[in-house]
Amino acid sequence: MDRIDMNRLKTGEVNLGTSIMAVQFRDGVVIGADSRTTTGSYIANRVTDKLTHVHDRIYCCRSGSAADTQAVADAVHYQLQLYTQMSGGPPSVHTAAALFQRICYENKDALSAGIIVAGWDKDVGPSVYNIPLGGGLFRQPWAIGGSGSTYVYGYCDATFKEGWGRDETVNFVKNTLALAMSRDGSSGGVIRMCVITEEGVERLFVPGNELPKFWEGQEVLGKEVKHAEEAAPMAVEA
Amino acid sequence: MDHFPTNWGRPRNDAYDPYGTFPLPHRPNNHAKDTFAEGVQRTQQPIVTGTSVLALKYKDGIMMAADTLASYGSLARFKDVTRLHPVGNYTVIGAGGDMSDFQYIQKFLDELIIDEFTAQDGHDLGPAQIHEYLSQVMYSRRSKINPLWNSLLVGGFKDGKSFLAYVDLLGTTYSASTLATGYGAYLAQPLLRKEVEGKEDTLTAEEAVRIMETCIRVLYYRDARSIDKYQLATITAEGIKIIDSRPISTSWSFAEGIRGYGAQTQ
Amino acid sequence: MTSIGTGYDLSASTYSPDGRIFQVEYATKAVENSGTAIGLKVKDGIVLAVEKLVHSKLLVPEANRRIQTIDRHVGLATAGLLADGRHIANRARDEATNYRDAYDAPTPLKILADRLGLYVQAYTLYSSVRPFGISTILGSVDKDGPSLYVVEPSGVFFGYNGAAVGKGRQLAKTELEKLNLRELTTREAVYEAARIIYLVHEDAKEKEFELELSWIGDETKGVHLPVPKDLQRDAEAKAKAALETFE
Repeated sequence: MDRIDMNRLKTGEVNLGTSIMAVQFRDGVVIGADSRTTTGSYIANRVTDKLTHVHDRIYCCRSGSAADTQAVADAVHYQLQLYTQMSGGPPSVHTAAALFQRICYENKDALSAGIIVAGWDKDVGPSVYNIPLGGGLFRQPWAIGGSGSTYVYGYCDATFKEGWGRDETVNFVKNTLALAMSRDGSSGGVIRMCVITEEGVERLFVPGNELPKFWEGQEVLGKEVKHAEEAAPMAVEA
Repeated sequence: MDHFPTNWGRPRNDAYDPYGTFPLPHRPNNHAKDTFAEGVQRTQQPIVTGTSVLALKYKDGIMMAADTLASYGSLARFKDVTRLHPVGNYTVIGAGGDMSDFQYIQKFLDELIIDEFTAQDGHDLGPAQIHEYLSQVMYSRRSKINPLWNSLLVGGFKDGKSFLAYVDLLGTTYSASTLATGYGAYLAQPLLRKEVEGKEDTLTAEEAVRIMETCIRVLYYRDARSIDKYQLATITAEGIKIIDSRPISTSWSFAEGIRGYGAQTQ
Repeated sequence: MTSIGTGYDLSASTYSPDGRIFQVEYATKAVENSGTAIGLKVKDGIVLAVEKLVHSKLLVPEANRRIQTIDRHVGLATAGLLADGRHIANRARDEATNYRDAYDAPTPLKILADRLGLYVQAYTLYSSVRPFGISTILGSVDKDGPSLYVVEPSGVFFGYNGAAVGKGRQLAKTELEKLNLRELTTREAVYEAARIIYLVHEDAKEKEFELELSWIGDETKGVHLPVPKDLQRDAEAKAKAALETFE
């Protein structure tokens, strides 16, 4: 058999150059993602769903290689079903995160997967876990990920407050993702969000033409300089 | 179409560079250069990393310190991470380097302690045994060309004796009354030696904390992968204490009057 | 017995015509010949106690323990063949380690009992093996609080509030039923456990015995540990005193 050039394969791979996010609040978590999937600079899918169900009250946000993260999420989904039947109850978010972490850590040489796991369980209530590239596991009150996240760390640090309710949290996620999508060429499209609480999972959708708008910059050089209508004389000290 | 001339094909003579691109080290070239260029890549690279760990011997036992940052390249990604970890009742390990590998180390050492506990044979592992075990694991992993990318300090106190030693991704070990990993080896170790050597049996906890704080501050000033929050651990006859992360004080006001970079005065 | 000499009892892989597996029943007999072991599930923890019969004065005290530790939070007591008890403990430790590895959390006892049940049951299927000659009491305080299970030689397992296996199990069960287990603290339960073991031993008028006691509870911070020496001494003294007044 011919040798397969893995690097060649990898460069042609479909990537979720992404903006993803999860935030815990009093009664649950809000997770969100953009919808852009690219091969190089071509948008392979403009309406992707990167919020992936792995159990009744546990979702993950995927970033990195689409193939890798789908395979990992499928494997964890399977293991969680098995766990539920075996133990007679739903798994904790920590359990799900530990399963993701194990796969990501043990196969770190082969995978490019940055995954955020979030959900609600009866042990600790809402929780958010971040599993970055090397396969570490970090619990955080909020987590951002994907290429777009690097543009909005400052915004999140400055904005996030503990003790928020549902609506404030949804707004935070929506604004953060809109900002990330506006600066990151690899992110874009629509915003998909899920609110996960004890009661259930609610899907939210923001179409690409109704994203929150922020300052969009203006060219200054070369534009006609506008002066004030009447130039006020400079005050002169007595 | 590949628009990079250097990829269009090379003349026979490798020393001849027709487009004068030398010394550009990285050309966008997606082809494998030869059969061995890919090889089997086992030696990963650290991704989420912690920086220095410091440790010293003092009157009551061992004191260790590490800041709470886990970096992602130059991004300060996780700002409240614990890099000091208790192993059993007598030992603390502190880690720099890859944090996922450190979490793996925590996991298997925890298992080791449980194995020892469930045996209920009246023996338990002290810092010397844990350090030896760890060094064997680190060396065997480097020999499989798949190292655990860390440099670790192992500190402990058992049966009236304190223990302090180093082990890293190569399986290298050494021991001294002051130790520091990473940037700390350059910046903090000289300070630690000056303050501690010869005074191991008289140095009080308060003095030790002051020394640690000084070193952590110097590292914060000069290590670009550090943060101004740190944790302290003490291992003494009273057992292990790991103190919640706390900020260090820093001074910057002297810089207010500085102008320019030479003769400039305003 | 009608079945003597019919050959249906030679292998665990053969049923008798009336649907019994005699090898499993013989294994149960091995348990019944053993010193009693009991487990109590109380308000904040678990107490395990074993009547360890000492066959020889030459044995080192406290050797050959029949209460073993499986994980930080799990204890196990067996009645029956001592060596089988050790084997099952090692298997339980492996299961606990595997669970911790996979899910990064301590094993819930229900799952551990389930796995051990499956393992023990597998030894009732083949002609090449002998079923385990032990009943195993498992005790733990996990995230859902205290729990107590017994795994029988057949592989079945049940959850209990109070469990007794071995020679004196009938009397021990009667005594356990008298207790208000839900209200007891672990410390109080230590005294009850010691008393019951002394009582059932007295009933059988056996040779020498050693009392083994372990507990898991708030006082041990959820860790399975032998009961401290002074508490054990006190509990044994009270148990002996109670015997005097029992009749």
